Amino acid sequence: MQKKLYNKNVVIAGLIILAVLATFPFWYNHGKAAPAPKPELTEKAKAAKECIRSTAYMKTEHMQLLDAWRDTVVRDGIRTYVNEVGKEFDMSLSNTCLDCHSNKEKFCDVCHDYASVDPYCWDCHIENPKENE
Amino acid sequence: MNEKYLFSLMSVVLLFLLAYAGVEVAGLQVLFGVIIPYMALIVFLAGFAYRVIQWAQTPVPYKIPTTGGQQKSLPWIQHAAIDCPDTKAQVVGRMAMEVLLFRSLFRNLVFKKEGDKLAYRMELFLWLGAIVFHYAFLVVTIRHLRFFAEPVPFFVTGLEKVDSFLQLGLPVVYMSGIALLAGVLYLAIRRIYVGHTRYISLASDFFPLFLILAIAVTGIMMRYFTKVDIPTVKELTMGLVTFRPAVPEGIGTLFFVHLFLVSVLLAYFPFSKLMHMGGVFFSPTRNMTCNTRAERHVNPWNYPVPVHTYEEYEDDFREHMIEAGLPVEKKE
Ligand code: HEC
Ligand code: HEC
Ligand code: HEC
Repeated sequence: MQKKLYNKNVVIAGLIILAVLATFPFWYNHGKAAPAPKPELTEKAKAAKECIRSTAYMKTEHMQLLDAWRDTVVRDGIRTYVNEVGKEFDMSLSNTCLDCHSNKEKFCDVCHDYASVDPYCWDCHIENPKENE
Repeated sequence: MNEKYLFSLMSVVLLFLLAYAGVEVAGLQVLFGVIIPYMALIVFLAGFAYRVIQWAQTPVPYKIPTTGGQQKSLPWIQHAAIDCPDTKAQVVGRMAMEVLLFRSLFRNLVFKKEGDKLAYRMELFLWLGAIVFHYAFLVVTIRHLRFFAEPVPFFVTGLEKVDSFLQLGLPVVYMSGIALLAGVLYLAIRRIYVGHTRYISLASDFFPLFLILAIAVTGIMMRYFTKVDIPTVKELTMGLVTFRPAVPEGIGTLFFVHLFLVSVLLAYFPFSKLMHMGGVFFSPTRNMTCNTRAERHVNPWNYPVPVHTYEEYEDDFREHMIEAGLPVEKKE
């Protein structure tokens, strides 16, 4: 026996709303492929070959590194960082990171846009030290 | 110790280990990263629809709205429109307050002894824990859309900005993550430590709490401590939602555990008490108008009953009744 659906219109409308919301990612992207971006290296970075730490570490933990740098510089007044193989770096966001990675738009930003992070650092720190000189 | 919460806790630990071993030892990335998530979503949607349709097919025999105020009556008696709705619009208003503000939980009371007197006192902590937990969960869910949409929509980035406005640490701390963890911990501890709630709690009450706790903890671990490569994770999730499933190299095992626990939550959802998400709209005590004086509610499963009225009865037995000296309506 076919059972009656009480308040049919409201129930069906509710289920449709749920289905539309729950499948948002499927219709929002139109099935367009979105592979991870490839950050571009500058000539200077290529020449240097290596980042401050290993690539795997930099990939996932560069924010923690920057946080440690910030605190060490601002709180302790120490400005030199020695990495695990003994190489020295000036702990500076604009002068060190953006020295090798001076192509911020094609390096930092491609990744950040993809991962939807928008670091607030650039409210104060210079984004393109080379061009401003 | 109580076997009900131990059982739930052990189940979550087992699920955790299952995914961990499955990926770490057996290398089943495709199973845990692609097949199970797809199946979980299908089970969630189909199961949700099934439960809702079952409920919608169940007739409500009586008017049973709960009231917390004066029913609409004479014009000079004030009507409590939200607490005792008279029209459909007022029912919608009451339901919206219930769903968005947990209004009836706000009325929660505690019965306790004060000196030598017994008294009812306001008890808002359950309401507070619930509202913190649910809204934090909502915010966390919406924030996760950054993994499932490219370009990331404005409401996600906007929410991220608001959620991180304390600008604590790097990566910036999201308040919703901490609120979710605090909320679920409070609700779980309350169930365990408050004697009478523990007494009425079943394994099915503890399991979702522990499961959500494990999901929150693995998520927080990945973001702040053990770290995963976010762009690569997004490559996987985008593959799922654009029907190009693939498992890229270099994603930490914890991510697969997190994803598996979320899949379990989704698949478990329609068959559990979590269905209160849909069920709240079907609870007759919340969704009925309270206009019993104005309108008659007819039981939908009433069927025509052959009735034998008193007049007919008298017609059948009039002579005998008169003979026995019983009063009759119609003499003749
Ligand atoms: C001496 C030059 C140099 C400096 C200074 C430098 N980098 Fe790098 N960085 C590199 C090179 C070279 C690579 C590529 C390494 C590779 O491909 O294995 C790299 C890679 C990276 C990556 C990984 C990119 C990817 O392909 O996934 C990140 C993230 C990164 N750097 C961030 C930073 C940050 C943040 C700073 C400042 C704290 C910084 N770098 C300072 C040279 C540098
Ligand atoms: C309110 C402005 C402001 C914001 C926002 C800000 N900083 Fe800074 N930062 C400063 C100032 C001022 C110094 C001190 C400069 C000095 O002594 O050389 C500094 C120093 C630093 C240093 C060490 C010195 C140098 O030359 O870089 C690092 C690293 C740093 N900040 C990282 C960050 C990061 C990462 C962010 C974003 C998460 C950030 N800062 C956001 C103002 C700011
Ligand atoms: C391989 C991709 C990649 C590259 C290249 C990269 N980042 Fe990031 N960065 C990320 C991801 C992903 C996050 C966010 C992690 C999260 O949300 O948990 C992040 C977060 C940050 C944060 C913390 C922001 C916040 O609000 O939490 C800062 C600061 C940062 N990156 C600076 C830089 C700088 C400076 C560069 C360029 C020198 C850079 N990053 C290059 C991927 C990258």
